[in-house]
Amino acid sequence: MINHIDVSSMLRKSVCELYSNLVTRPTGAAVRCEIEHELDRIGDRALTVIDFSHVGLLDFSCADEIVAKLLLQYVSVDAPRREVYFVFRGISDSHMDAIEAVLERHNLALVTQQADGMSRLIGIVGVDERKAWEIISRLGAGACDDVATASGVSADDAERTLDMLWRRRLLIRYDDGYVAVGSVTTPSQATRLDA
Amino acid sequence: MTTIINVPPSLEDKSFELVLDQIAPLPLDEKIIVDTRHTRWASPYGLTALLALAQSRVERPVLYVPEAENVSTYWSRMDFFKHAAELYELQGKVTKAKAVETSVLLEVTSISKSDDVHSVVDRIQQRAQDALVKNLNLDAKITMRFTMALSEICQNIVEHAGRGGWVAVQTYTWRIRLGGRKVVVIAVCDPGIGFRQSLESAPGFQQKDRWDDGLALEETVMRGASRFRDPGRGQGLAGVRRFVGNWDGKLSIRSGTARIAVLPKGDWDEDEPLHENLSYFPGAQVQITIPERVS
Repeated sequence: MINHIDVSSMLRKSVCELYSNLVTRPTGAAVRCEIEHELDRIGDRALTVIDFSHVGLLDFSCADEIVAKLLLQYVSVDAPRREVYFVFRGISDSHMDAIEAVLERHNLALVTQQADGMSRLIGIVGVDERKAWEIISRLGAGACDDVATASGVSADDAERTLDMLWRRRLLIRYDDGYVAVGSVTTPSQATRLDA
Repeated sequence: MTTIINVPPSLEDKSFELVLDQIAPLPLDEKIIVDTRHTRWASPYGLTALLALAQSRVERPVLYVPEAENVSTYWSRMDFFKHAAELYELQGKVTKAKAVETSVLLEVTSISKSDDVHSVVDRIQQRAQDALVKNLNLDAKITMRFTMALSEICQNIVEHAGRGGWVAVQTYTWRIRLGGRKVVVIAVCDPGIGFRQSLESAPGFQQKDRWDDGLALEETVMRGASRFRDPGRGQGLAGVRRFVGNWDGKLSIRSGTARIAVLPKGDWDEDEPLHENLSYFPGAQVQITIPERVS
Protein backbone atom coordinates (compact mmCIF):
# COMPACT_ATOMS: atom_id res chain seq x y z
CA MET A 1 0.00 0.00 0.00
CA ILE A 2 1.37 3.40 -0.92
CA ASN A 3 0.54 6.30 1.40
CA HIS A 4 0.95 9.97 0.78
CA ILE A 5 1.82 12.44 3.54
CA ASP A 6 1.75 16.13 2.73
CA VAL A 7 4.24 17.67 5.16
CA SER A 8 2.68 21.10 4.81
CA SER A 9 -0.67 19.70 6.00
CA MET A 10 1.07 18.06 8.95
CA LEU A 11 2.56 21.45 9.83
CA ARG A 12 -0.81 23.18 9.78
CA LYS A 13 -2.45 20.36 11.69
CA SER A 14 0.17 20.02 14.40
CA VAL A 15 1.51 23.54 14.91
CA CYS A 16 -0.39 26.42 13.34
CA GLU A 17 -2.83 26.92 10.49
CA LEU A 18 -0.92 30.00 9.38
CA TYR A 19 2.58 28.59 9.09
CA SER A 20 4.03 27.48 5.77
CA ASN A 21 7.69 27.32 6.74
CA LEU A 22 9.35 24.47 8.54
CA VAL A 23 11.59 26.31 10.97
CA THR A 24 12.63 25.66 14.58
CA ARG A 25 13.20 22.40 16.39
CA PRO A 26 9.89 22.33 18.31
CA THR A 27 8.03 22.76 15.01
CA GLY A 28 10.02 19.93 13.44
CA ALA A 29 9.39 17.66 16.42
CA ALA A 30 5.64 18.38 16.32
CA VAL A 31 5.45 17.66 12.58
CA ARG A 32 7.41 14.42 12.99
CA CYS A 33 5.05 13.28 15.75
CA GLU A 34 2.10 13.93 13.45
CA ILE A 35 3.76 11.93 10.67
CA GLU A 36 4.43 9.09 13.13
CA HIS A 37 0.75 9.05 14.12
CA GLU A 38 -0.11 8.69 10.44
CA LEU A 39 2.39 5.87 10.06
CA ASP A 40 0.98 4.09 13.11
CA ARG A 41 -2.35 3.88 11.33
CA ILE A 42 -1.07 2.24 8.17
CA GLY A 43 0.19 -1.13 9.25
CA ASP A 44 3.50 -2.85 9.70
CA ARG A 45 4.63 -2.84 6.09
CA ALA A 46 4.15 0.26 4.00
CA LEU A 47 5.61 2.60 1.45
CA THR A 48 5.05 6.26 2.23
CA VAL A 49 5.58 9.30 0.06
CA ILE A 50 6.69 12.26 2.18
CA ASP A 51 5.76 15.30 0.13
CA PHE A 52 7.49 18.66 0.67
CA SER A 53 5.92 20.32 -2.41
CA HIS A 54 3.97 22.89 -0.39
CA VAL A 55 6.68 23.64 2.15
CA GLY A 56 8.32 27.06 1.82
CA LEU A 57 11.44 27.06 3.91
CA LEU A 58 13.08 24.11 5.65
CA ASP A 59 15.88 24.99 8.03
CA PHE A 60 18.60 22.69 9.40
CA SER A 61 16.95 22.19 12.79
CA CYS A 62 13.64 21.20 11.24
CA ALA A 63 15.33 18.94 8.69
CA ASP A 64 17.09 17.19 11.55
CA GLU A 65 13.85 16.71 13.48
CA ILE A 66 11.66 15.67 10.56
CA VAL A 67 13.89 13.87 8.09
CA ALA A 68 16.82 12.54 10.12
CA LYS A 69 14.92 11.52 13.24
CA LEU A 70 12.15 9.92 11.21
CA LEU A 71 14.64 7.87 9.21
CA LEU A 72 16.61 6.93 12.31
CA GLN A 73 13.52 5.23 13.72
CA TYR A 74 12.47 3.39 10.62
CA VAL A 75 15.66 2.62 8.73
CA SER A 76 17.93 1.64 11.58
CA VAL A 77 20.13 -1.15 10.29
CA ASP A 78 19.79 -3.16 13.51
CA ALA A 79 16.26 -2.79 14.80
CA PRO A 80 13.93 -0.71 12.65
CA ARG A 81 10.59 0.20 14.19
CA ARG A 82 8.64 -1.43 11.32
CA GLU A 83 9.06 -2.19 7.65
CA VAL A 84 8.33 1.26 6.37
CA TYR A 85 9.88 2.69 3.23
CA PHE A 86 9.99 6.36 2.34
CA VAL A 87 10.14 8.32 -0.90
CA PHE A 88 10.68 12.07 -0.55
CA ARG A 89 8.99 14.29 -3.12
CA GLY A 90 8.83 18.01 -3.81
CA ILE A 91 12.30 18.74 -2.46
CA SER A 92 13.56 22.12 -3.68
CA ASP A 93 17.21 23.16 -3.96
CA SER A 94 17.09 24.97 -0.63
CA HIS A 95 15.38 22.01 1.08
CA MET A 96 18.16 19.87 -0.33
CA ASP A 97 20.84 21.96 1.40
CA ALA A 98 19.32 21.24 4.79
CA ILE A 99 18.42 17.62 4.07
CA GLU A 100 21.86 16.67 2.70
CA ALA A 101 23.51 18.25 5.73
CA VAL A 102 21.49 16.21 8.21
CA LEU A 103 21.85 12.99 6.24
CA GLU A 104 25.60 13.44 6.28
CA ARG A 105 25.60 14.17 10.00
CA HIS A 106 23.73 10.94 10.79
CA ASN A 107 25.20 8.75 8.04
CA LEU A 108 21.78 8.29 6.43
CA ALA A 109 20.45 8.08 2.89
CA LEU A 110 17.05 8.41 1.27
CA VAL A 111 15.33 8.25 -2.09
CA THR A 112 13.94 11.41 -3.66
CA GLN A 113 11.61 11.50 -6.60
CA GLN A 114 11.90 14.45 -8.95
CA ALA A 115 9.12 16.15 -10.87
CA ASP A 116 9.83 14.02 -13.95
CA GLY A 117 9.38 10.82 -11.92
CA MET A 118 13.10 10.01 -11.86
CA SER A 119 14.36 8.72 -8.52
CA ARG A 120 17.66 9.67 -6.95
CA LEU A 121 19.60 8.36 -4.02
CA ILE A 122 20.99 11.09 -1.75
CA GLY A 123 22.98 11.06 1.46
CA ILE A 124 25.75 8.73 2.56
CA VAL A 125 25.89 5.72 0.27
CA GLY A 126 28.90 3.55 -0.59
CA VAL A 127 30.00 3.11 -4.19
CA ASP A 128 28.89 -0.54 -4.30
CA GLU A 129 25.57 0.29 -2.67
CA ARG A 130 24.88 3.06 -5.15
CA LYS A 131 25.80 0.85 -8.11
CA ALA A 132 23.54 -1.96 -6.88
CA TRP A 133 20.66 0.43 -6.20
CA GLU A 134 20.98 1.94 -9.67
CA ILE A 135 20.99 -1.48 -11.30
CA ILE A 136 17.81 -2.52 -9.48
CA SER A 137 16.27 0.87 -10.17
CA ARG A 138 17.03 0.59 -13.87
CA LEU A 139 15.61 -2.93 -14.03
CA GLY A 140 12.54 -2.01 -11.98
CA ALA A 141 13.04 -5.21 -9.99
CA GLY A 142 15.83 -7.72 -9.74
CA ALA A 143 17.70 -10.32 -7.73
CA CYS A 144 21.26 -10.91 -6.54
CA ASP A 145 22.27 -12.56 -9.80
CA ASP A 146 21.19 -9.51 -11.79
CA VAL A 147 23.38 -7.22 -9.70
CA ALA A 148 26.29 -9.67 -9.69
CA THR A 149 26.19 -9.97 -13.47
CA ALA A 150 25.75 -6.28 -14.16
CA SER A 151 28.42 -5.08 -11.75
CA GLY A 152 30.92 -7.94 -12.03
CA VAL A 153 30.91 -8.88 -8.33
CA SER A 154 30.35 -12.25 -6.73
CA ALA A 155 26.81 -13.34 -5.91
CA ASP A 156 27.70 -13.31 -2.20
CA ASP A 157 28.92 -9.72 -2.38
CA ALA A 158 25.86 -8.68 -4.33
CA GLU A 159 23.63 -10.36 -1.75
CA ARG A 160 25.37 -8.58 1.12
CA THR A 161 25.04 -5.22 -0.61
CA LEU A 162 21.36 -5.74 -1.43
CA ASP A 163 20.65 -6.90 2.10
CA MET A 164 22.25 -3.72 3.46
CA LEU A 165 20.20 -1.57 1.05
CA TRP A 166 17.07 -3.35 2.24
CA ARG A 167 18.00 -2.80 5.89
CA ARG A 168 18.47 0.87 5.08
CA ARG A 169 15.02 0.74 3.45
CA LEU A 170 16.36 1.90 0.11
CA LEU A 171 15.23 -1.32 -1.56
CA ILE A 172 12.06 -3.29 -0.92
CA ARG A 173 12.56 -7.03 -0.50
CA TYR A 174 9.92 -9.41 -1.83
CA ASP A 175 10.08 -13.20 -2.21
CA ASP A 176 13.52 -13.69 -3.77
CA GLY A 177 14.00 -10.27 -5.31
CA TYR A 178 14.22 -6.53 -4.72
CA VAL A 179 12.48 -3.42 -5.99
CA ALA A 180 14.05 0.07 -5.81
CA VAL A 181 11.97 2.23 -3.49
CA GLY A 182 11.49 5.08 -5.97
CA SER A 183 10.38 2.89 -8.86
CA VAL A 184 7.37 1.60 -6.91
CA THR A 185 5.88 5.08 -6.72
CA THR A 186 6.40 5.84 -10.41
CA PRO A 187 2.97 5.69 -12.09
CA SER A 188 4.26 3.66 -15.06
CA GLN A 189 5.68 0.96 -12.81
CA ALA A 190 2.99 0.24 -10.27
CA THR A 191 4.24 -2.59 -8.11
CA ARG A 192 2.38 -4.03 -5.19
CA LEU A 193 4.34 -3.82 -1.98
CA ASP A 194 2.63 -6.91 -0.65
CA ALA A 195 3.74 -8.93 -3.70
CA MET B 1 26.44 57.11 41.81
CA THR B 2 25.53 57.45 38.15
CA THR B 3 27.99 56.96 35.31
CA ILE B 4 27.58 58.44 31.85
CA ILE B 5 28.44 56.05 29.02
CA ASN B 6 29.47 57.88 25.88
CA VAL B 7 28.26 56.25 22.69
CA PRO B 8 30.48 56.95 19.64
CA PRO B 9 29.15 58.86 16.61
CA SER B 10 29.17 55.70 14.51
CA LEU B 11 27.82 52.73 16.41
CA GLU B 12 28.56 49.28 14.98
CA ASP B 13 30.14 46.04 16.14
CA LYS B 14 33.69 47.39 16.48
CA SER B 15 32.83 50.73 18.05
CA PHE B 16 30.42 49.06 20.46
CA GLU B 17 33.57 47.76 22.18
CA LEU B 18 34.17 51.37 23.31
CA VAL B 19 30.81 51.28 25.04
CA LEU B 20 31.59 47.96 26.69
CA ASP B 21 35.01 49.20 27.82
CA GLN B 22 33.19 51.87 29.84
CA ILE B 23 30.56 49.52 31.25
CA ALA B 24 32.56 46.36 32.09
CA PRO B 25 34.24 47.81 35.22
CA LEU B 26 30.93 49.00 36.71
CA PRO B 27 28.85 47.00 39.21
CA LEU B 28 25.69 45.60 37.57
CA ASP B 29 23.44 47.61 39.86
CA GLU B 30 25.14 50.94 39.25
CA LYS B 31 22.93 53.48 37.54
CA ILE B 32 24.15 54.38 34.05
CA ILE B 33 23.19 56.96 31.49
CA VAL B 34 23.76 55.81 27.92
CA ASP B 35 24.43 58.96 25.97
CA THR B 36 23.65 58.66 22.25
CA ARG B 37 23.07 62.38 21.75
CA HIS B 38 25.99 62.69 19.35
CA THR B 39 25.51 59.41 17.58
CA ARG B 40 25.00 59.95 13.87
CA TRP B 41 24.66 56.40 12.64
CA ALA B 42 23.98 52.95 14.08
CA SER B 43 24.12 49.56 12.41
CA PRO B 44 21.59 46.80 13.23
CA TYR B 45 24.27 45.42 15.55
CA GLY B 46 24.56 48.76 17.35
CA LEU B 47 20.82 49.04 17.93
CA THR B 48 20.23 45.45 19.03
CA ALA B 49 23.32 45.55 21.26
CA LEU B 50 22.05 48.72 22.97
CA LEU B 51 18.87 46.86 23.90
CA ALA B 52 20.81 43.85 25.16
CA LEU B 53 22.95 46.23 27.20
CA ALA B 54 19.89 47.61 28.98
CA GLN B 55 18.64 44.06 29.65
CA SER B 56 21.96 43.21 31.27
CA ARG B 57 21.66 45.94 33.91
CA VAL B 58 19.97 45.52 37.28
CA GLU B 59 19.11 49.21 37.55
CA ARG B 60 17.00 50.56 34.67
CA PRO B 61 19.37 52.79 32.69
CA VAL B 62 18.68 56.20 31.18
CA LEU B 63 19.07 56.71 27.43
CA TYR B 64 19.80 60.18 26.08
CA VAL B 65 18.35 59.92 22.59
CA PRO B 66 20.18 61.19 19.47
CA GLU B 67 19.91 64.94 18.95
CA ALA B 68 19.95 64.81 15.16
CA GLU B 69 16.38 64.55 13.93
CA ASN B 70 17.20 62.30 11.00
CA VAL B 71 18.96 59.86 13.32
CA SER B 72 16.09 59.83 15.78
CA THR B 73 13.63 59.35 12.92
CA TYR B 74 15.64 56.49 11.53
CA TRP B 75 15.85 54.76 14.92
CA SER B 76 12.08 55.12 15.18
CA ARG B 77 11.67 53.53 11.77
CA MET B 78 13.79 50.65 13.00
CA ASP B 79 11.35 50.27 15.94
CA PHE B 80 14.28 50.83 18.27
CA PHE B 81 12.51 53.32 20.54
CA LYS B 82 9.43 51.08 20.76
CA HIS B 83 11.54 48.46 22.54
CA ALA B 84 13.95 50.88 24.22
CA ALA B 85 11.03 52.51 26.04
CA GLU B 86 10.48 49.21 27.87
CA LEU B 87 14.09 48.92 28.96
CA TYR B 88 15.42 52.47 29.28
CA GLU B 89 14.17 55.67 30.77
CA LEU B 90 14.23 57.73 27.58
CA GLN B 91 15.28 61.35 27.80
CA GLY B 92 15.20 63.75 24.86
CA LYS B 93 12.97 64.21 21.85
CA VAL B 94 11.99 61.04 20.04
CA THR B 95 10.95 61.83 16.48
CA LYS B 96 8.24 59.58 15.14
CA ALA B 97 8.76 57.69 11.91
CA LYS B 98 6.76 59.02 8.99
CA ALA B 99 7.57 56.51 6.29
CA VAL B 100 8.74 52.99 5.82
CA GLU B 101 12.51 52.63 5.46
CA THR B 102 13.13 50.64 2.31
CA SER B 103 16.63 49.56 3.35
CA VAL B 104 15.20 47.86 6.42
CA LEU B 105 14.48 44.20 5.82
CA LEU B 106 13.53 43.57 9.41
CA GLU B 107 13.01 46.17 12.10
CA VAL B 108 14.41 45.51 15.56
CA THR B 109 12.35 42.54 16.71
CA SER B 110 12.15 40.71 20.00
CA ILE B 111 13.02 37.00 20.02
CA SER B 112 12.15 34.93 23.05
CA LYS B 113 10.18 31.93 21.81
CA SER B 114 9.84 29.64 18.83
CA ASP B 115 6.81 31.50 17.46
CA ASP B 116 8.92 34.66 17.19
CA VAL B 117 11.25 32.85 14.79
CA HIS B 118 8.28 31.84 12.61
CA SER B 119 7.10 35.42 12.61
CA VAL B 120 10.53 36.77 11.62
CA VAL B 121 10.87 34.24 8.80
CA ASP B 122 7.40 35.04 7.45
CA ARG B 123 8.02 38.79 7.57
CA ILE B 124 11.45 38.84 5.99
CA GLN B 125 10.64 36.57 3.07
CA GLN B 126 8.37 39.22 1.62
CA ARG B 127 11.18 41.80 1.55
CA ALA B 128 14.31 39.72 1.12
CA GLN B 129 13.84 38.79 -2.53
CA ASP B 130 13.85 42.40 -3.75
CA ALA B 131 16.63 43.54 -1.46
CA LEU B 132 19.01 40.69 -2.17
CA VAL B 133 18.40 40.06 -5.84
CA LYS B 134 17.61 43.51 -7.20
CA ASN B 135 19.63 45.73 -4.90
CA LEU B 136 22.60 43.52 -4.11
CA ASN B 137 22.72 41.75 -7.46
CA LEU B 138 22.82 38.33 -5.80
CA ASP B 139 21.56 35.12 -7.34
CA ALA B 140 17.87 34.40 -6.67
CA LYS B 141 18.69 31.21 -4.80
CA ILE B 142 20.21 33.21 -1.95
CA THR B 143 16.80 34.24 -0.60
CA MET B 144 15.87 30.92 0.97
CA ARG B 145 19.41 30.29 2.26
CA PHE B 146 19.54 33.76 3.76
CA THR B 147 16.28 33.14 5.60
CA MET B 148 17.52 29.72 6.76
CA ALA B 149 20.61 31.37 8.26
CA LEU B 150 18.47 34.00 9.94
CA SER B 151 16.19 31.34 11.38
CA GLU B 152 19.09 29.33 12.82
CA ILE B 153 20.75 32.35 14.42
CA CYS B 154 17.47 33.46 15.99
CA GLN B 155 16.88 29.95 17.31
CA ASN B 156 20.15 30.13 19.22
CA ILE B 157 18.47 32.67 21.48
CA VAL B 158 15.45 30.45 22.10
CA GLU B 159 17.50 27.29 22.59
CA HIS B 160 20.54 28.54 24.46
CA ALA B 161 20.38 32.10 25.76
CA GLY B 162 18.02 31.53 28.66
CA ARG B 163 16.40 34.91 28.08
CA GLY B 164 15.10 36.99 25.20
CA GLY B 165 17.14 38.87 22.64
CA TRP B 166 16.87 40.97 19.49
CA VAL B 167 17.24 40.70 15.74
CA ALA B 168 17.41 43.32 12.99
CA VAL B 169 18.27 43.12 9.28
CA GLN B 170 19.22 45.96 6.99
CA THR B 171 21.01 46.75 3.77
CA TYR B 172 23.41 49.65 3.64
CA THR B 173 26.55 50.87 1.93
CA TRP B 174 29.79 49.54 3.36
CA ARG B 175 32.37 52.27 3.30
CA ILE B 176 35.27 50.69 5.14
CA ARG B 177 36.76 48.47 2.46
CA LEU B 178 34.25 47.90 -0.27
CA GLY B 179 34.47 51.30 -1.90
CA GLY B 180 30.76 51.88 -1.61
CA ARG B 181 29.50 48.36 -2.18
CA LYS B 182 26.21 47.52 -0.56
CA VAL B 183 25.87 44.85 2.07
CA VAL B 184 23.05 43.13 3.88
CA VAL B 185 23.59 42.69 7.59
CA ILE B 186 21.84 40.44 10.09
CA ALA B 187 22.44 41.27 13.76
CA VAL B 188 21.21 39.09 16.60
CA CYS B 189 22.10 40.08 20.17
CA ASP B 190 21.13 38.64 23.53
CA PRO B 191 22.39 39.14 27.09
CA GLY B 192 21.89 35.49 28.06
CA ILE B 193 24.26 32.84 29.34
CA GLY B 194 26.63 32.94 26.37
CA PHE B 195 28.52 30.14 24.61
CA ARG B 196 30.88 29.17 27.43
CA GLN B 197 28.21 28.74 30.08
CA SER B 198 25.97 26.94 27.60
CA LEU B 199 28.67 24.33 26.90
CA GLU B 200 29.45 24.05 30.61
CA SER B 201 25.83 22.99 31.20
CA ALA B 202 26.30 19.90 28.99
CA PRO B 203 25.89 16.60 30.85
CA GLY B 204 29.32 15.28 31.84
CA PHE B 205 31.11 18.46 30.81
CA GLN B 206 34.78 18.36 31.77
CA GLN B 207 36.79 21.52 31.78
CA LYS B 208 39.98 21.44 29.73
CA ASP B 209 43.32 22.86 30.87
CA ARG B 210 42.59 25.98 28.88
CA TRP B 211 38.94 26.89 29.00
CA ASP B 212 37.61 30.34 28.26
CA ASP B 213 35.19 32.23 26.03
CA GLY B 214 37.53 32.03 23.02
CA LEU B 215 37.79 28.27 23.24
CA ALA B 216 34.04 27.90 23.79
CA LEU B 217 33.45 29.91 20.60
CA GLU B 218 35.98 27.81 18.65
CA GLU B 219 34.39 24.57 19.87
CA THR B 220 30.90 25.71 18.96
CA VAL B 221 31.40 27.70 15.78
CA MET B 222 34.30 25.80 14.19
CA ARG B 223 33.72 22.27 15.52
CA GLY B 224 29.94 22.11 15.96
CA ALA B 225 29.95 21.41 19.73
CA SER B 226 26.65 21.71 21.60
CA ARG B 227 25.45 21.34 25.15
CA PHE B 228 23.02 18.64 23.95
CA ARG B 229 24.10 15.02 23.57
CA ASP B 230 21.88 14.64 20.51
CA PRO B 231 24.30 14.25 17.57
CA GLY B 232 21.91 16.23 15.39
CA ARG B 233 22.61 19.36 17.38
CA GLY B 234 25.12 21.98 16.30
CA GLN B 235 24.11 21.83 12.64
CA GLY B 236 22.54 25.27 12.58
CA LEU B 237 25.76 27.21 13.03
CA ALA B 238 27.57 24.82 10.68
CA GLY B 239 24.91 25.61 8.07
CA VAL B 240 25.30 29.33 8.69
CA ARG B 241 29.07 29.03 8.22
CA ARG B 242 28.56 27.25 4.89
CA PHE B 243 26.05 29.88 3.79
CA VAL B 244 28.42 32.73 4.65
CA GLY B 245 31.31 30.98 2.87
CA ASN B 246 29.26 30.40 -0.28
CA TRP B 247 28.37 34.08 -0.59
CA ASP B 248 31.77 35.56 0.34
CA GLY B 249 30.26 36.85 3.55
CA LYS B 250 31.46 37.28 7.09
CA LEU B 251 30.16 35.76 10.31
CA SER B 252 31.27 37.15 13.64
CA ILE B 253 30.14 36.04 17.07
CA ARG B 254 31.01 37.77 20.31
CA SER B 255 30.42 36.07 23.65
CA GLY B 256 31.80 36.95 27.05
CA THR B 257 35.30 38.29 26.46
CA ALA B 258 35.98 36.94 22.97
CA ARG B 259 34.86 37.37 19.39
CA ILE B 260 35.37 34.82 16.64
CA ALA B 261 35.02 35.59 12.95
CA VAL B 262 34.62 33.45 9.87
CA LEU B 263 36.23 35.73 7.34
CA PRO B 264 35.39 36.24 3.68
CA LYS B 265 37.61 34.85 0.95
CA GLY B 266 37.68 38.25 -0.72
CA ASP B 267 39.63 41.17 0.65
CA TRP B 268 36.74 43.36 1.71
CA ASP B 269 37.33 42.82 5.42
CA GLU B 270 40.54 42.75 7.41
CA ASP B 271 39.32 41.48 10.76
CA GLU B 272 41.19 38.89 12.83
CA PRO B 273 39.74 35.38 13.20
CA LEU B 274 39.76 35.60 17.00
CA HIS B 275 39.81 38.50 19.46
CA GLU B 276 40.28 37.67 23.13
CA ASN B 277 40.49 39.61 26.38
CA LEU B 278 37.74 41.98 25.32
CA SER B 279 35.65 43.71 27.95
CA TYR B 280 33.11 41.27 29.38
CA PHE B 281 29.57 41.36 28.07
CA PRO B 282 27.07 38.57 28.74
CA GLY B 283 25.26 36.53 26.12
CA ALA B 284 26.01 36.31 22.43
CA GLN B 285 26.15 38.96 19.75
CA VAL B 286 26.09 37.68 16.19
CA GLN B 287 26.57 39.53 12.93
CA ILE B 288 26.34 38.18 9.40
CA THR B 289 27.43 40.42 6.53
CA ILE B 290 26.85 39.50 2.88
CA PRO B 291 28.27 41.88 0.26
CA GLU B 292 26.77 42.96 -3.03
CA ARG B 293 27.97 40.93 -5.99
CA VAL B 294 30.02 42.90 -8.48
CA SER B 295 30.72 41.46 -11.91
